[in-house]
Amino acid sequence: MSLLEILAKRLIIGVATLLFVSVLVFAGTEILPGDVAHAILGQGATPELVAQIRDRLGLNDPLHVRYFVWLTNFVQGELGTSLANGADIIVEIERRGRNTAILAVTTAVIAVPLAVTLGLVAATRPGGIIDRIITSISLALISFPDFLVAVVLVTVFAIKLQWLPAIASIRPSYEFADWVRVLILPVTALSFTILAHMVRMTRSAVLSVLSSPAIEMAILKGVPRRRLLLRHALPNAFGPIINVVALNLAYLISGVVVIETLFNFPGLGRFMVEAVTNRDVPIVQACAMIFCSIYVLLNMAADILSIIANPRVRYKK
Amino acid sequence: MTPEATGWRASLRDAISDLTPGAAICVLFLIFVAVVGLFASWIAPYDEGTILTNESFLPASSEMWLGSDYLGRDVLSRLIFGVRVTLFLAVIITMLSFTAGVGFGFAAAAFGGNVDMIVSRFNDAMLSFPALMLALIVINALGSSFAVLIITIAFIDMTRVFRVARALAVNIMVLDYVEAAVVRGEGKSWIIWHEVLPNTLTPLAAEFGIRFTYAILFVSALSFLGLGVQPPQSDLGVMVRENMQSILYGEYTAIYPALGIAAIAISMNVFVDWMLQRSSAKLPDEI
Repeated sequence: MSLLEILAKRLIIGVATLLFVSVLVFAGTEILPGDVAHAILGQGATPELVAQIRDRLGLNDPLHVRYFVWLTNFVQGELGTSLANGADIIVEIERRGRNTAILAVTTAVIAVPLAVTLGLVAATRPGGIIDRIITSISLALISFPDFLVAVVLVTVFAIKLQWLPAIASIRPSYEFADWVRVLILPVTALSFTILAHMVRMTRSAVLSVLSSPAIEMAILKGVPRRRLLLRHALPNAFGPIINVVALNLAYLISGVVVIETLFNFPGLGRFMVEAVTNRDVPIVQACAMIFCSIYVLLNMAADILSIIANPRVRYKK
Repeated sequence: MTPEATGWRASLRDAISDLTPGAAICVLFLIFVAVVGLFASWIAPYDEGTILTNESFLPASSEMWLGSDYLGRDVLSRLIFGVRVTLFLAVIITMLSFTAGVGFGFAAAAFGGNVDMIVSRFNDAMLSFPALMLALIVINALGSSFAVLIITIAFIDMTRVFRVARALAVNIMVLDYVEAAVVRGEGKSWIIWHEVLPNTLTPLAAEFGIRFTYAILFVSALSFLGLGVQPPQSDLGVMVRENMQSILYGEYTAIYPALGIAAIAISMNVFVDWMLQRSSAKLPDEI
């Protein structure tokens, strides 16, 4: 298969996955009990009113029709209105989505290079003192619940030392400096939740490359350690490391939800949790679709990158 | 004493003598936590629901060793009962996900062909969902209860166990002794039971530990979000949520349960690490 064919195949799988995800989100939010008409009417649900609302929302149409209407609307950005207050969801999603994007991207920009570097350093001398420190700390960190680091950080830096705010509210008037102040604690906490897994997995990816015959050859040739690592091992470990990073974005998604709730950060994650608590179905649908699509797309991007990075595929005629 | 029993005891004795100090402490701690959970009603100084004082977040005293919580209940007693609920959920979830995941995984590996392809594709598709999103969608639809939590998280975990179990079994299925068994005319289930299972026990035990930790962290995260264990029941995650304000008063009430979760999870992970290193077994999931 040529490179283009492989990429095309991966793209098709990606689109199919997205469709599967949308079917599951739709099924999980529309078909399962908890009828929307009842949810809108609450206590005052008389049979006539319920029938009226069901008719108006198209709930009496066959499922596949409803699914396609829903999906078309979603793709066009018509996400519907909140059941709780009737507000247009897209407005809120845009605002909160921007906040969450800032939080998540900042975290990724800091945590990913740091984790890859630490993993590499640990893998240089497996069993050495630095490796043992890094692996044991990261083993402890992957055992921490997402909220532990955040709770400790808030206690120390927001309450005891009073350097930083404990609650990360965002105002439109915020300048860059205000953003930095507000984001330091959430970003640090979030980085810890994804860092440890990434360090451990990078380390084992690099170690498995280091045990390959090509590297053994290079060692026998007398290639210096630094050159061995940077010129011989790293390019080969690139593909696995990209996959490690993509895999860990799943932790970033669940981390975002927990950290936003903890810091009262006005982002998509907290929005979704509140919607689930209030059973606000359209908001849950929209948020779930956004989070899941981002996850699927990032995984696809990672796969495509590692396909391109793999010399065996790249140089094939 | 049957020879089988001696063999079992001897290998346990070997394992204990191989324990590193760190792993030994962790095992002891896990046993301690299990005992606390099992006998919570005898160990706890007070009932978990009784309001003992009007004051929230009292500091530690001789009557209340860890002070009072936001409603004036005894934090230590609530921790002890919380450990029970957390452990109970995690054990049930892990046992369910294991039975199903290993069953499907071994079956997929043993039957191969189209069965394997279909089950594996379905599993891959489920893995394309971030775990927390799946849980939130189900909880949105059905509300949160022990049954919903157990089944949802067990299902999510099952997809992970499936991958590991299948990969382990695929490696065994191609070995000579399995081929010999096939030639002898043994059936699939005999091969799974007598050849595959005994040869994958160590990595599966390690995976069990990892899944157990994952279940604890997952349930705690959901409870922390207010979507897991519902009052009046409470687990360690609920305790963190309830007592978040304590932080604002400079008290550590919310940190105790969070540390409890971390301590259980760390002990399990250190034990798993030791187990894998001792047997030099490798989990196929590790890249």
